[in-house]
Amino acid sequence: MSKKPARKSYWLDKPRNVDRLVHTFYVICALLVAIDVFVAKHGPFAIEHVFGFYGFFGFVACVALVLIAKQLRRVIMRPEDYYDR
Amino acid sequence: MIGEFTPGLILILGALLVPVLPDRIRAAYVVALPLLAFAQLTSLPNGQFGTYEMFGLPLTTVRVDKLSLLFGYVFIIAAFIVSIYSLHEHDPVQQVAGLIYSGSALGAVFAGDLVTLFIFWEGIAIASVFLIWARRTERAYRAGMRYLVVQVTSGLLLFVGVLLHYRQTGSLAFGHLEFGTLGAMLIFIAFGIKCAFPLLHNWLQDSYPEATVTGTVMLSAFTTKVAVYALARGFAGTEILVPIGAVMTVFPIFYAVIENDLRRVLSYSLNNQLGFMVVGIGIGTELALNGAVAHAFADIIFKALLFMAMGAVLYRVGTVKGSQLGGLYKSMPLTAGFCIVGAASISAFPLFSAFVTKSMVIQAAMDEGRFWIWLVLLFASAGVFHHAGIKIPYFAFFAHDSGKRCDEAPTNMLAAMAIAAALSIGIGVFPDVLYALLPYKVEFRPYSLDHVVAQVQLLFLSALAFTLLMRTGIYPPELRSTNLDFDWIYRRLGRGIVIASARVADFAWKRIVAATVGGAQAAVVEMRRHHGPDGILGRTWPTGAMAFWTTVMLMAYLILSNF
Repeated sequence: MSKKPARKSYWLDKPRNVDRLVHTFYVICALLVAIDVFVAKHGPFAIEHVFGFYGFFGFVACVALVLIAKQLRRVIMRPEDYYDR
Repeated sequence: MIGEFTPGLILILGALLVPVLPDRIRAAYVVALPLLAFAQLTSLPNGQFGTYEMFGLPLTTVRVDKLSLLFGYVFIIAAFIVSIYSLHEHDPVQQVAGLIYSGSALGAVFAGDLVTLFIFWEGIAIASVFLIWARRTERAYRAGMRYLVVQVTSGLLLFVGVLLHYRQTGSLAFGHLEFGTLGAMLIFIAFGIKCAFPLLHNWLQDSYPEATVTGTVMLSAFTTKVAVYALARGFAGTEILVPIGAVMTVFPIFYAVIENDLRRVLSYSLNNQLGFMVVGIGIGTELALNGAVAHAFADIIFKALLFMAMGAVLYRVGTVKGSQLGGLYKSMPLTAGFCIVGAASISAFPLFSAFVTKSMVIQAAMDEGRFWIWLVLLFASAGVFHHAGIKIPYFAFFAHDSGKRCDEAPTNMLAAMAIAAALSIGIGVFPDVLYALLPYKVEFRPYSLDHVVAQVQLLFLSALAFTLLMRTGIYPPELRSTNLDFDWIYRRLGRGIVIASARVADFAWKRIVAATVGGAQAAVVEMRRHHGPDGILGRTWPTGAMAFWTTVMLMAYLILSNF
């Protein structure tokens, strides 16, 4: 990456390009889950051997994390200058 | 070998010269000192040195073995990287404090006895607070004060613990400590404060984001890792560390998701990474301990890298609030690139450092059949990627364009970040180099097909969750805010209690004073009424009145005598 003038329009500035990037990412995710069939797992826990466990777990964990954190805001969020007042 | 003394002394004594050197020489000198300390370190063979007696107590100032060497190496690497990162600054206060701080950290990990450990433990506390105060704002001053109180409390507990331990066992050697006696418990809590155990953690998120640009990088490297070393040395295999560490990996990530100050996000994430190390120390098998200390090694470097990237943003833009940043990749492409390397490292992508270190701890939990701990660590791993791996680079460098344009970070900052990035990738690609330094022989192979696939699935689908939540607008926006954490207990509740009790005491005192003065006044008034110039008893009575009262008395006597 070289230094560019500030006014230059960047590839990522176009929403179409961002969409392209995201759609490519979706395809990669689907492929990643699909190859689970071909991978022999060696872990001791039964749940690990369920098809697509790691992908599914990562997805659910992060959705849960964000939704819980969002609710947490109701309880703990205060104005920025809370301690300065 | 220059002599049989701790390599930390080179930095501590070297710091004394800093204020008198001219600017240009000082820069080279500050970079050279860690190299000199490294030379001293490599010249020391394994064993114990610098033993002498103080008040009849045998002290061992230097103990070199694989465990202390590992931390020694990484501390010197960190000191070296930070010295380059701070080359553009001309602040002798920070340079002196930084050298004494890193020197004390080195001294602490090479301490062979508990008294030497305590001395350097205090050195760490006192030197490091100047890195916060050097920000020179009211906010930093207050945060530094709170930080100092907590750190000194840890030192005090360590001191009392060491005394009790000595009285009970008659030994000052810093080896494995039996958890259970009062002395060992106090030492454990002292370590726990510095290691940011749950509920003892909040000094970290409170103070680190308030330190200077370079100060935060230093702070992230030393204090908590000395505690990790101390726990690994003293309390390996202590079962209670497993649940403590598991909680540490989880609760900070919720805070990290909603925190706006990106250096505070990293502080929460630091807390979460410490959790993995604490779990490893608690499990206590050779694989787990190797994993814990290897992860400490990797974490010092990639966490420094992330803090350096955010420090560069703070230096150039003047803020690291997520709500005010975005689109900075256009102005600071190299910093953005280094930040992404740091993010990939902390997230444990294959070929990056945490992949080969953190997985040892997770594997150890699996080997021991600890299903729930394994599940918690897996959740935390997904969470790390979410809040540190994606959130930090995304909100700072991408997201919506904030319109802010600035220069790329100074060359010396870029150089320091480049070194840290190269090391993070180097460890990930050539894990055997790091594995050779670990205390126990490593049989673990990180790059097995199922492990790589599982990790990539976990991370990509975590990223998928982020992408979907972002594009549907469910993801909570960055907001200017303060989030309450445990520090509320002493910053609000404690302060409130103190203020309220002061008010009660003030009220009671005024009442007592008023009552006393009022009572005295009333008594004086009453006495004046009877005995004053016009009082009935103080008056000069006419003779007629006297005769009248005498007659009354005589009459009464006469009447009474008839009965």
